[in-house]
Amino acid sequence: MATVTLNGAGEVLYAYLAGEIDHDAAQSLRMQLDDALVSRSPGTLVLDFGGVGFMDSSGVGLILGRKRVAATLGTTLQIRHTPPQLLRVLRLAQIPCDEGQKEE
Amino acid sequence: MKAENTTRIQFDSLSINEAYARGAAAAFLARYDPTVPQLADLKTAVSEAVTNCIVHAYPDRIGPVILTVAVYPGREVHITVADKGIGIPDIPRAMEPLFTTGNPEERSGLGFAVMQSFMDKVKVTSKPGKGTRVLLIKRLTSRQSAT
Repeated sequence: MATVTLNGAGEVLYAYLAGEIDHDAAQSLRMQLDDALVSRSPGTLVLDFGGVGFMDSSGVGLILGRKRVAATLGTTLQIRHTPPQLLRVLRLAQIPCDEGQKEE
Repeated sequence: MKAENTTRIQFDSLSINEAYARGAAAAFLARYDPTVPQLADLKTAVSEAVTNCIVHAYPDRIGPVILTVAVYPGREVHITVADKGIGIPDIPRAMEPLFTTGNPEERSGLGFAVMQSFMDKVKVTSKPGKGTRVLLIKRLTSRQSAT
């Protein structure tokens, strides 16, 4: 099970993800993130994986899918606070590592 | 060679059972003192294999998924995930990274690539119309030799 907590601040929308992201959890996260993207169309969407303890390739599908939706709305996607296990899955997907490590 | 210890569970191909399957495998293997990254690798590979059964083996029905975890001498872990679903007509193609028969918008096509990268060995046997069996092998290195 996974949860997402949304926190909007001006042009940046933060999505704090927590729990375990698998194919089951990805379905509900996808709907919640797309709803937020479409209704708020922020300049930047930050996906924060700090609270995620487990992620399989369903999470990669989730990220790539949101990237696609974000692009159609002119939103930039940032990925943040990826735990080491997630980084390995993201590298395999060739999601650029600088994205995985982007911090402010 | 004979397994030192084996467990087998069967569950329905419902996505809510993905967490149950990897959790059960992890609980069984915890007794063998894997490192945290090793356990994460095993859980991820089980999750990928079980998701394949749910999404691909039974596209329009719920069917049985059988998970077997066995530990062989030398701390070699053999995990099999078997289904009685539609089977895979072209296994090499199915295992290609980024290839997916699922919704390309939401499925990354990386399931087998993740299994191959996180496990020592992955073997797939399948008969169209009869089902698929995925064997995942990983040796747990001891904490002393792991750096």
